[in-house]
Amino acid sequence: MDPPARGRFTGRVEYVTDVSADVMVELNFDLRRPDALPDLDRVRELRDWDVVGGTARAGHPRALDQLAARDRLPALAMASSSVAASSLGGAGLGAALPDLPACDAYPLLLAAGAVVGAESFQRGVSRPLRHGSLDPEELIRAVVIPTGIAVCSFALALDLRARVIETGIGAAGPTPLAARAAARFLAAELDWGTLAVSEAAAARFGKLVARAAQPVDGVRGPGYRRRALEVLAIRALGWIRSAA
Amino acid sequence: MTDQGMRLELTVNGRRRVATDVPPFASLLSALREHFGLPGAKNACEQGECGSCTVFLDGTPVCSCLVAAGQAEGREVTTVEGLADEAGLSLVQRAFVAAGAVQCGFCTPGFLMAVRDLQSRARGRTIINLDDEEVREALAGNLCRCTGYEKVIDAVRAALVHPTDPQRPVGASG
Repeated sequence: MDPPARGRFTGRVEYVTDVSADVMVELNFDLRRPDALPDLDRVRELRDWDVVGGTARAGHPRALDQLAARDRLPALAMASSSVAASSLGGAGLGAALPDLPACDAYPLLLAAGAVVGAESFQRGVSRPLRHGSLDPEELIRAVVIPTGIAVCSFALALDLRARVIETGIGAAGPTPLAARAAARFLAAELDWGTLAVSEAAAARFGKLVARAAQPVDGVRGPGYRRRALEVLAIRALGWIRSAA
Repeated sequence: MTDQGMRLELTVNGRRRVATDVPPFASLLSALREHFGLPGAKNACEQGECGSCTVFLDGTPVCSCLVAAGQAEGREVTTVEGLADEAGLSLVQRAFVAAGAVQCGFCTPGFLMAVRDLQSRARGRTIINLDDEEVREALAGNLCRCTGYEKVIDAVRAALVHPTDPQRPVGASG
C-alpha cells in the first residue's frame, strides 16, 4: 500500500470510505471543510481479508462484512445485521475506526481483544484496540480479530475458565471504552455455573456500564446514550444466560 | 481542496451519466437530486438516521447522504426511479400500493429500497419462513412518522409471499 498521503500533505485531510458517517455528517452540516478528501475505497489492499489459524483479518468494513457473512465471526455478523441499518454498511468499521465513536461493531471488537494494525508514512505498528486511538498521521491497515471467542452481543465477553469479564462500549464516548468497574462487579456477582445474576445486581451492572460512558456532545445528540447503554447492558445479561 | 466544481460520471439506473460543476463536498444524495435530476431519494436528516435517501451503490444499500459524490465516480447507482421499468411498477412497489403502506410518502422511496434489498437477501425465502424480527431489522434504518409501520410490514409480507416470482437484477423490477 502506498504510504498515506497525510505524510506528504500539509493541509487538513479527512479520509472517507463508503461508511464514513461522521465525516459526511459534518460536511453536510457545514461544520468542516478539509483541504482534501481521499477515498479509501479505492485502496485495493484494504479490501483483502483472510482467516489464518485462530484469527481473522480485514481492513475495510466491506471486507469485515464478507468475513461475517461466511460465519467466521458470528457475533460480528449479528452486530452487522441487527445493530446497524443495512444502509449504514452493517459493521461500520472504517479507516478512522478508533476515532469513530459511532461504530456499531466497535464494542464487540473491544470485548474480543481485537488488534489494530496501523500504518503511517514512517512506520507500521500493531496495538490492541483497547490501548486507544490512532496517531494523527496513522491509518488503519487491518483489524485482527480472534475467532472462536464466545461474545455475547454488544460488549460482553466471558472467559468461563479464567472467570474474567471483558466489556466494550461503543458510540458513547470520544473513543471506545471498557466498563471496568462494571466488569469487576459482575465477575463477583455472577453465578458462574448457571450464568445467572440477581435482578438487583443486573440493575446495578446497568448503572455501572452507563456510568463508564462518556457521551460526546455533537450533532448526533448524546442525551439518550447513557440510558440506552444501561438497557443494553441489562439485556446482554439475559442473552448470555440463554446462550450458556 | 478548491471550491471548483467536479465532473462526475456514474452509471445511474443502467445509464451512463455525466454531471459537471458538482461541488467538491456534495453528497451523492445532493448530486443525484441537484445534478442528475433524480429527486426520488429524499433529503431529510442528512446524518444517516432516517433512511429516506437510501440508494444502491454497486448493489449495496447506502445512505446517499453519507457518501461523498466523488466516491461514486465510475460506480453504479440505482435509485428508486430505477425500480420500475417499461413493464410497470416493481413487485415491491405494487405491494406498497396494494397494502396502502404510504401516507405522506416522504419516507417511501427509502423503504422501497430497503425492502428491495431484503427481497434480494431473502433469496427465495418467503415471509412464512422469514423471521418477523428479521423483517423488522431490515426496516430498522428507515423512519416513518405517519404509518406506524404496520402497513409497511404488510407490504413486505405481500412482496415476499411469492418466492417464485422472477428475481430480476437490482435495477429491474423487484
